[in-house]
Amino acid sequence: MKELFETTASRRAFMGLFAGGVAAAAVQPAVAQAVQTSARIVIIGAGAAGTSLANRLVERLDGADITILDPSATHLYQPGLSLVAAGLKPSSYTESQTADWLPSGVSLITEAAAAIDPVAKTVGTSGGQTLAYDFLVVAPGLVLDHDAIEGFSLDMVGSNGIGALYAGPQYAAKTWEAASKFAEEGGVGLFTRPATEMKCAGAPLKHTFLIDDIAKRTAGEGKHEIHYAANNNSLFGVPIVSEKVRMLFEDRGITAQYSHVLKSVDAGAKIATFATPEGDAEMEYDYLHVIPPQRAPDVIRESGLSWADKWTDQGWVEVDMKTLRHLRYPDIFALGDVAGVPKGKTAASVKWQVPVVEDHLVAAINGNEGTAIYDGYTSCPLITRVGRAMLIEFDYRNNLTPSFPGVIAPLEELWISWLMKEVALKATYNAMLRGKA
Amino acid sequence: MEQLTFGTLIAVFEEIFGGVLFWLMVVAAVLVTVAYLYVLVRDRSVSMRKFLLAQLSMPIGAVAAVVFVQVMTHSQLRDIGGPVDLIVVLGIAVVGAIGMAILVYTAQSLLRGKSE
Ligand SMILES: Cc1cc2nc3c(=O)[nH]c(=O)nc-3n(C[C@H](O)[C@H](O)[C@H](O)COP(=O)(O)OP(=O)(O)OC[C@H]3O[C@@H](n4cnc5c(N)ncnc54)[C@H](O)[C@@H]3O)c2cc1C
Repeated sequence: MKELFETTASRRAFMGLFAGGVAAAAVQPAVAQAVQTSARIVIIGAGAAGTSLANRLVERLDGADITILDPSATHLYQPGLSLVAAGLKPSSYTESQTADWLPSGVSLITEAAAAIDPVAKTVGTSGGQTLAYDFLVVAPGLVLDHDAIEGFSLDMVGSNGIGALYAGPQYAAKTWEAASKFAEEGGVGLFTRPATEMKCAGAPLKHTFLIDDIAKRTAGEGKHEIHYAANNNSLFGVPIVSEKVRMLFEDRGITAQYSHVLKSVDAGAKIATFATPEGDAEMEYDYLHVIPPQRAPDVIRESGLSWADKWTDQGWVEVDMKTLRHLRYPDIFALGDVAGVPKGKTAASVKWQVPVVEDHLVAAINGNEGTAIYDGYTSCPLITRVGRAMLIEFDYRNNLTPSFPGVIAPLEELWISWLMKEVALKATYNAMLRGKA
Repeated sequence: MEQLTFGTLIAVFEEIFGGVLFWLMVVAAVLVTVAYLYVLVRDRSVSMRKFLLAQLSMPIGAVAAVVFVQVMTHSQLRDIGGPVDLIVVLGIAVVGAIGMAILVYTAQSLLRGKSE
């Protein structure tokens, strides 16, 4: 009888636990009452930033006329490109439908923004429409300037030992074709990064570490010579991380070539030319990974929204670094890669930027000032080999800002940090797109 | 990571195992648990003999769970890099061990019936 009592008791406990889980799933964070408005809001770009903001704004605003512009039917989960280019995921892993992420109540126009007039407050589309706005959010990401590298074109990727994983899912898959051949056959590998600002400054390092690891496991130690061409005399923008990477390179036998910026490629002769402080330097290669200079899209640079005295060759939007609000046109905000702030070209930054712009935008509609502040949070699970990574998080001041202090050490190569990148990141990214998390 | 919600957690597991496999595993876990509760209530006592075999199967469950997760995440034991990694591995092993014990106990009870 006693035993019967015990089993019933534990069964009740079990049912309680189950109900608790369901209740936890049902609990939503308290939402402030939606603001009534007829404001016209135009969002340029339905990438990580634009999509996330659109999903949050429809929750906060009632009656707003929200239009989002994006010519691309495919949404790209770009952090997955690093995994595709190492043969760990298929290219389809990074692709989904842009429209599937957008809420009802937002109109999607599948055209590009072709002109912005910040004085008349209109956006002209590639299809010839003119959209008037009360508030404009520019989030078109950035463009890859492959033409800036002499002798290089995207049709070379995958053959002749050339990779370029930033160029998109198909190119990332072709990059793996070239990289895996290099891993099997051995030789000299050159891994580059541009001298401009770039999205996910950790990605060039990840590719280097991953291919180095795969190469050693495939053909064995001593068959490969790996060089990382840094754009200046550090390996990462945050000094303490740069030092850690320097130590890891020493440990792996990867040679750092400081202040080597890729200038041109002779694919026939397999020679890459780098601009260095001492003049041009030529290096032979068996595998070359190209990441081109990155800039704001033309429409931004041509509409007078860029900084006049900073990043003049790149054209990032002139915004306040704490509020992401345009310094000359207060009804314009910039989000994501296109924003002219010193850090933050990652999806993880977008996650922290979106609530800030949401706050200031909704406050402006209400006729007051927002209070939320973006502190430069940027994060990058820096893969150091297949199965291990470092969860690097930092802010404008180059301080490390670990999410799990004392549990997940930022400068330690951990399996759990690899799990974050390989499995948790996409789930969190998707939650962010839906405006949750 | 700003906040970890129940929904995100589910999404993470779907990401590890794939949507279909994850929900099949959830359904399997629920079925086994229900069957386990059923035999407990039916037999009105825990059979020590069945319990012994269930306990002996625990190490197998532990190892199987760890190997399974590592295969699904392109990882190996050599990737364990710090204390938190060890805790994660042990956690997975414990879950695997308990799951296996319940499975073995329930299977015996269902197959051999109440008498033993
Ligand atoms: C290889 C690689 C690895 C990365 N790894 C990580 C990582 O590990 N962690 C991390 O947090 N981040 C990572 N990132 C960075 C992250 O993907 C970007 O920072 C993020 O996608 C930026 O979001 P966004 O909305 O600004 O731009 P995007 O997501 O690029 O979206 C821009 C959208 O605007 C559209 N668009 C462009 N021009 C126009 C126009 N004129 N009119 C209308 N629409 C337009 C585009 O079609 C696109 O859909 C990585 C990026 C790359 C390339």
